[in-house]
Amino acid sequence: MKVLVFLEHRGGAVDRGALGVLAKAVALGADVDGVLVGGPAVSALAPVAGRHGAAVVHVAEGDAFEPPLPRPRVDILAQLVRAGGYDTVALSNSVLAADVAGALAARLDAGLNWDLVDVVVRGGALVGSRPALADSVLVEVGWRSAPRLALFRTGAFEPVETGGAGEVRAVTLEADRGGDALRVVGQHAARDDEGPPLESADVVVTAGMGLGGPEHLVLAEELAAVLGGVVGATRAVVYAGWAPHAAQIGQTGKTVAPRLYVALGVSGAVQHKVGMQRAQTVVAVNSDPRAPIFEVSDLAVVADVHTVVPRVVELLRARAGS
Amino acid sequence: MKIVVCAKCVPDGRARLDPDTGRLDRSGAMEVNRFDLYAVEEALRIKEGPGAEVVVVTVGPEPAAEALRTPLALGADRAVLVRDDLAVGSDLLGTARLLAAAVQRERADLVLFGQQTSDGGGAVLWSAVAEMLQVPWVSQVTALELTGGGIRVTRQTEVGDDDVEAPLPAAVAVTDAINELRYASLKGKMAAGKKPLEVVGVADLGLEASAVGDAGARTEVLGMTPPPERSGGVRVEDADAAPGAVVDFLVARGLA
Repeated sequence: MKVLVFLEHRGGAVDRGALGVLAKAVALGADVDGVLVGGPAVSALAPVAGRHGAAVVHVAEGDAFEPPLPRPRVDILAQLVRAGGYDTVALSNSVLAADVAGALAARLDAGLNWDLVDVVVRGGALVGSRPALADSVLVEVGWRSAPRLALFRTGAFEPVETGGAGEVRAVTLEADRGGDALRVVGQHAARDDEGPPLESADVVVTAGMGLGGPEHLVLAEELAAVLGGVVGATRAVVYAGWAPHAAQIGQTGKTVAPRLYVALGVSGAVQHKVGMQRAQTVVAVNSDPRAPIFEVSDLAVVADVHTVVPRVVELLRARAGS
Repeated sequence: MKIVVCAKCVPDGRARLDPDTGRLDRSGAMEVNRFDLYAVEEALRIKEGPGAEVVVVTVGPEPAAEALRTPLALGADRAVLVRDDLAVGSDLLGTARLLAAAVQRERADLVLFGQQTSDGGGAVLWSAVAEMLQVPWVSQVTALELTGGGIRVTRQTEVGDDDVEAPLPAAVAVTDAINELRYASLKGKMAAGKKPLEVVGVADLGLEASAVGDAGARTEVLGMTPPPERSGGVRVEDADAAPGAVVDFLVARGLA
């Protein structure tokens, strides 16, 4: 098996999810290479990829690759697969990676399985597992032909250092496909200056739509304060304008791994769970007994947040005071 | 200007997997995936502003036809259902081929998708369709405006927003933040029954049977297993006892 891993990078660092996929490919016993596509400084990231298991790091760098757009990345990946004899392309999910994966499947006429949380080799064939129906079952999926494309759920695997060096090979596009018709004309970083950092928080208390309105966010704030934690929010809460984007946890927000994660009125959509699945302990309060968040909860409280949370805060304050 | 909205019809209520095939059970009543209604809404706003013909296209079984009456009631002009036994069992590539062929047949200027499906679809379909159509595409779009001959959109990513411009024709996947959905009026519902709803097959789209359905699939479902339970999950349903139970739990784990 010869695997090519798409190494997405942001803010001058290789995506942890991509490094995790490298580790998984190495663990499967495959020949593993990586590919970095980006602006003029992207080759500086190659050693990190080498250290995490990429034997060869293909680097396509230049101004044309600077904007985070999918088509130039599809061009590079397709070229490498055709020339390099890769039978498998593996990606860690993101907005960009999903766009790359779908188009690459069409370009190469290749099977694509997505939202995978694991992959094993069974009887010489690659078998992936994909959660379905609000993560209530795991569907086993296979590929009927090579190349196989595998898009993994964000944070499916932990990165592992192998201590490799990684041979850097520069890649240039052989055929000019006329460039990308898209132009990025402006970029606005999400405001990260609001509130304490979520990613490093020991305790996260997350507000969901079940709180009922922005005036009830105080419940999450008070509980976070008494637990020494930070307030997070679901995508729906952020979109409703109750909380800033910097507080968003999930697919298009932050990924957290606190010691304690408390979900208040959070239903637990897959897009949210990918952002919190590595929390050590999960406590969820939701009045809907079928809320998917309960499937990943260590303590599931089926009750109204508005009655339970103020009392919990009271009890915890009394404990702290005694 | 012609806008094609690619919509997915999903089983209404809670989605079910067929225990024998591991595929979604599509035999019952269906509805248009909620996230695709934001794409319909965006198309209708363009129709009511600069003006456009709005065509909704879906790939699905017979009950999907009834589900398509919803976007027609909301204001879409026509609907096309790609329904063919040959298409059953299509994977991502097969579905993308069917949609791309249906869009091509309409000669659309703008192709809109919803961002997610409620029954397990990945965010990978539109880029496959766009690649087949050889048009540029943008996903996770939270704002869209027409410029002279093109579009300007806002794309939400993990690290912020990108403003992106594209010429037409183009494909765009919108999120549920892009607009507020409207409800169908009684007049709209009555008009929907008279609007054209065309059913086409694989051959009508000029596709080979081997390119779609199970024959054209490059992936397969092998089986199903229950996921590992999170060990030691405790459930509390008594609202009076709940606060004490939460505090005891936190204390026992050294978290409070």
